Amino acid sequence: MNNRQELNPMVRPDRPVVELWLMFFANKAAVLGLVLWLLVVFTAVFGLTIYTGDPFEMVGAPMTPPGAEFLLGTDYLGRDVLTGIIHGASITLAIGFSATICTVIIGVVIGVLAGYYGRWVDNLLMRVTEFFQVLPPMLFVMVLISLFTPSIYLIVLAIAVVSWTGMARLTRAEFLKIKELEYVTAERAMGARNASIMAKVILPNALPPLIVAVALNVGTAILFEAALSFLGLGDPNAYSWGYMIGSSREYIWDSWWTITFPGFAIFLTVLGVSLIGDGLNDALNPKLREL
Amino acid sequence: MKQEPLLQVNGLCVEFSTKNGSVRVLNQLDLHLLPGEALGIVGESGCGKSMTALSIMRLVPTPPGEISNGQILLNGDDVLQLTESQMEDIRGNEISMIFQEPMTSLNPVFTIGSQVSENIRRHQSANTSQAKEKTIQMLEAVGIPAPELRIDQYPHELSGGMRQRVMIAMALSCQPSVLIADEPTTALDVTIQAQIFELLRKIQEEMATSVILITHDMSVIAEFADRVIVMYAGRKVEEGLVRDIIDNSCHPYTQGLINCVPVLKRDPGLKRVELNEIPGVVPNLAQLGPGCSFAPRCHKVVDRCYQEMPPEQQVGENHYASCWRVGDAA
Repeated sequence: MNNRQELNPMVRPDRPVVELWLMFFANKAAVLGLVLWLLVVFTAVFGLTIYTGDPFEMVGAPMTPPGAEFLLGTDYLGRDVLTGIIHGASITLAIGFSATICTVIIGVVIGVLAGYYGRWVDNLLMRVTEFFQVLPPMLFVMVLISLFTPSIYLIVLAIAVVSWTGMARLTRAEFLKIKELEYVTAERAMGARNASIMAKVILPNALPPLIVAVALNVGTAILFEAALSFLGLGDPNAYSWGYMIGSSREYIWDSWWTITFPGFAIFLTVLGVSLIGDGLNDALNPKLREL
Repeated sequence: MKQEPLLQVNGLCVEFSTKNGSVRVLNQLDLHLLPGEALGIVGESGCGKSMTALSIMRLVPTPPGEISNGQILLNGDDVLQLTESQMEDIRGNEISMIFQEPMTSLNPVFTIGSQVSENIRRHQSANTSQAKEKTIQMLEAVGIPAPELRIDQYPHELSGGMRQRVMIAMALSCQPSVLIADEPTTALDVTIQAQIFELLRKIQEEMATSVILITHDMSVIAEFADRVIVMYAGRKVEEGLVRDIIDNSCHPYTQGLINCVPVLKRDPGLKRVELNEIPGVVPNLAQLGPGCSFAPRCHKVVDRCYQEMPPEQQVGENHYASCWRVGDAA
């Protein structure tokens, strides 16, 4: 009784990924965020080849205001602000991304184990998470950094150590919800092993909120680094935007440009990443989809 | 002629711990499944039929549930003694299961082709292209048109009937000896229901798979099963060949279930057809008395029913019932 019909040329809905991008690009704010980010990434990758120079080098008179010679002026040591901003882009991005990657690794692993295995594993891991959550993050980072010599790696690690808790809780919540769904039982009835259920069945379905959290986390990590550098706890060899603001903070009344331009760079970068995060949130949320 | 059973369950007890102590959801259940047979398990919600299926798959959620007693012999080996990793090799390979809700039983983020071939590659040594070929074959076998195009579709692009076919294809992709179908058509249209049963029957004959069909619907049993087990409150109350059960049922509960099947014929004199029901509700498993658990709802009840649990009695060839009133005039 296999009455096969000729299959019409299938009218297929867009693939999920395509649909996601269409939704994303329909959102003007998200596109603006993406453009800002492309600009920052472009600066970080190609800026140095176009605009060469050492940001630590004193190239002109101290505190030259922005003008024809130095587009964005020089700081109290005569260092070019524009060179600094272009250099700072790559350092800032590198710290933002690597701190986020570490955050995601710690947070997702802990969240997956707690959410999937439940019971005492969950209890134990969540108590550890809460321990980290009640520590004031800024203070904790400062303690971690002052214990060792500040370096980029230490800063990245310290930022990850204070930021993974949110990621862990989010992952755990998603796992708790999804592991009860029928397709997980069905998959287990097909003989799937725990590792494969976690990695191939539940995690892909838990991704949408995690992707949003990851995007927003990049922004937080950048702000963290800026705050640390501003307090003089950054890596003194890394010419980041935060370092620029921090080193010039005593001259804020005499040379506004040394602080304003790097501050603006941080603002635009974090704004961009937030807009991207919001755009992804809307695009990944099926309830907001236009039918 | 006595055939060796493929699957035999002896004295299976499953308990769930609750705030008020432990509740027995399956009580001393015995059943067997012969090779190539279609066994129906029928009963109301909460009678333990799905729990029976989950126990055989060893998927009872633990805690709170626990298989506290009994044996489940597959080809003579007790699956309750196996390690979890040995069990993983059996699930989806030796014993497969299809679920009630085809709409939610497939992983929404992968194409159906990748899900079926994943199962093939999990249990059989096949490379990507062999698995893909086998996937197309299986989808073809379950009557999915143009399977070579369908494998790239996501579950949400398919109808409920199609998804259930995909589930069946996945469950059968490793030629299991036992297929457990837990209310496979409850969520589907009646027309699709008939197609799915037709398909299950065809596959059962072609692949010599034994099927355990779990349902609450006596008409489905009449249509599909060879032999029937009727369950009530975690116990088996009657067992027999389908014609004995339908035409000559001995347990008042079975009779009640059969009477509940609506009849399409209308009496011209009556405005409306009377629907039959079994009075009362399924009892709370935590508050069962010493006697027959069906007694409070039974129209043939006698005092003895409340005091003593009726033993299983043979009432015919391959036909057993647990009721004190067996043999009494109705």
